[in-house]
Amino acid sequence: MTALAKLFRSAAFRVSIASLVVFAVFAGFIVLYIGNRASELYLSQAEQANNEEIAALADDYRAGGIRLLAMSIQERALTPGASLYVLTDALGTTLIGNVADFPLSVLGLTDGISHAVAYRLIGEGAETREAMVRVFVLAGGLRLVVGRDIGERSQIWAVVRDALWLVAGLVIGLGLLSWWFIWRTVLRRVDAMAATSQHIMSGDLTRRLDVTGSGDEFDRLAASLNAMLARIEQLLVGLKEVSDNIAHDLKTPLTRLRNRVEASLRSGRGEPEYRRALEATIEDSDQLIRTFDALLRIARVESASVGDEMAPVDAAEVLRDVEELYEPVAEEAGLGLDVVVEGPLPLFGNRELISQALANLVDNAIKYAALSAGGAASDDAARVTLRGERRDGRIRLSVIDRGPGISAADRARAVQRFVRLESSRTQPGSGLGLSLVAAVARLHAGTLELGDAHPGLAATLDLPAAWAEVSDGGRRLAAE
Amino acid sequence: MRVLIIEDDREAAAYLVKALREAGHVADHAADGEQGQHMAESAPYDVLVVDRMLPRRDGLAVIEALRSAGDTTPVLILSALGQVDDRVKGLRAGGDDYLPKPYAFSELLARVEALARRSRSGGEAETVYRVGDLELDRLRHEVRRRGVEIPLQPREFRLLEYLMKHAGQVVTRTMLLENVWDYHFDPQTNVIDVHVSRLRSKVDKGFDAPLLHTVRGAGYMIRDGAR
Repeated sequence: MTALAKLFRSAAFRVSIASLVVFAVFAGFIVLYIGNRASELYLSQAEQANNEEIAALADDYRAGGIRLLAMSIQERALTPGASLYVLTDALGTTLIGNVADFPLSVLGLTDGISHAVAYRLIGEGAETREAMVRVFVLAGGLRLVVGRDIGERSQIWAVVRDALWLVAGLVIGLGLLSWWFIWRTVLRRVDAMAATSQHIMSGDLTRRLDVTGSGDEFDRLAASLNAMLARIEQLLVGLKEVSDNIAHDLKTPLTRLRNRVEASLRSGRGEPEYRRALEATIEDSDQLIRTFDALLRIARVESASVGDEMAPVDAAEVLRDVEELYEPVAEEAGLGLDVVVEGPLPLFGNRELISQALANLVDNAIKYAALSAGGAASDDAARVTLRGERRDGRIRLSVIDRGPGISAADRARAVQRFVRLESSRTQPGSGLGLSLVAAVARLHAGTLELGDAHPGLAATLDLPAAWAEVSDGGRRLAAE
Repeated sequence: MRVLIIEDDREAAAYLVKALREAGHVADHAADGEQGQHMAESAPYDVLVVDRMLPRRDGLAVIEALRSAGDTTPVLILSALGQVDDRVKGLRAGGDDYLPKPYAFSELLARVEALARRSRSGGEAETVYRVGDLELDRLRHEVRRRGVEIPLQPREFRLLEYLMKHAGQVVTRTMLLENVWDYHFDPQTNVIDVHVSRLRSKVDKGFDAPLLHTVRGAGYMIRDGAR
């Protein structure tokens, strides 16, 4: 598509052309109207002058007869820049006057109204002029013709013509200016955006639209599109990482499983060997199913398709239930499990998912606290604390252990799917625990914070509180 | 016990029928929803095992049709979906229990037997459970063995109550997690084992005849060993 064709197709260009046309028609109308009115005014002035002249000459005639009239005409006709004066006899022969030639048909127009007539003045050669003339019939068939030159009328129309040309010039000039403006600010930026999108579509997801910093609607659009692109890029990177990790974390046990079955078949050492291999195979496949279930659950939570299972939940109760579930496990690992809760912690959510998230955190905490408590054996090191508090409209549910913790650099990575920090490779687990917790936090419009407990890890679910105490409805919900 | 399996995967169904027969039950198979509904209506079964996604008529539609016709046969729903919301949908449609695929046969068998027992007892609840010399009074919240009271935490009481309600039957870890704790997720660590062993130390310790048994590869069972 050529640049011109593109220009014609742009909506901004069409709008500006339409407004220019409207402007041109309007300006032309104004100019013509003013010209017309000026011309009319000019003619009526000429007519009035004629009437006054004739009235004066008629007075002369009445006072002094034909002689005084002739003298008066003569005198007036000789004044420089004078009007037209002609006295004719009944046949139309000029008796006195300053007009060389005029159509005799004028003499018949005795209706007392001025008419436009072409004429030549005496001593001005062949130049024909135009005048408004009025014919006055005297006694004896004499005719007095008085006129006023209206040559200036054509000058008025010349001014009007000039004004129209000016309007046309302005329209074209403004058109060019608006074209330049459109090209400069609109088309160029739209084209740039389109070009960048093409790049991105062809696979370069790191490209971003230009933001000029002018804060106009294009900047706002570009900024919002950039945010969308960043999210898409993040999702795609995540997807790729997940598929890589699935390939690794599912294929590794599958390979192990297959190898074991093959080896046992090849050894042919009979039933006890087969039985052992099959039992191990069932165990491995159970672990695979568990990993798969965890993946599916995270996907469900992230797509928010469990959102309709939300209900008012008291997080304090959820914390106590999880503590109650894990207390014997902690004790067996030589740890103490405490729960510190301030009052009811109302939130709107999915009890099952929040329970699972907390269970995952407690499970982790027990694993790692047990690791370090083995050496330290001090009371404080052998303790995992569940803390629930309400702060500034947020519900904060923390699981705090005194284990080795996670270094600041590793914390962001720890939340990703399948990431098992090097220090934890020796521990059993699918590596999906924390990413499920993070997904549950996101589902509830909250966050998972991994902090330093000096020493140890403080994992905190920060969730928005529900049923604010100011509202009656809220309090009723809380009471239920 | 007579079980009807409505499942379109013929291999899976054949395996189930065979395994149930080996466990001493009578098992029939229907390959689609319409046939399954027809069979369930024409013969008395103790338990129905219904797959969710069936050809010709959806599993949930079959259950809803049976329920609206006044059929109260317990139903175990099988589903490959196996998520929280899916489970809730199944139970709302009139299912009595829900088992996500893939499952261990021992899990399915334990659940089918628990359902069959529930329908046999007619829903009327005994106030005192007795297994051997162990006695649990549900109204007074008391547990006695040979007349001596055993103090239990509330959750331990509920755990023992559930086990004794299904005395002589295998109860799986998942069943305990679902029915005693109301959790439907996999807690990774064997939390249930720890709870059961704690309960066992209170109930069985010091007595020569253990009542609380571990069934290898399946779960737990409370039963009078002398019987």
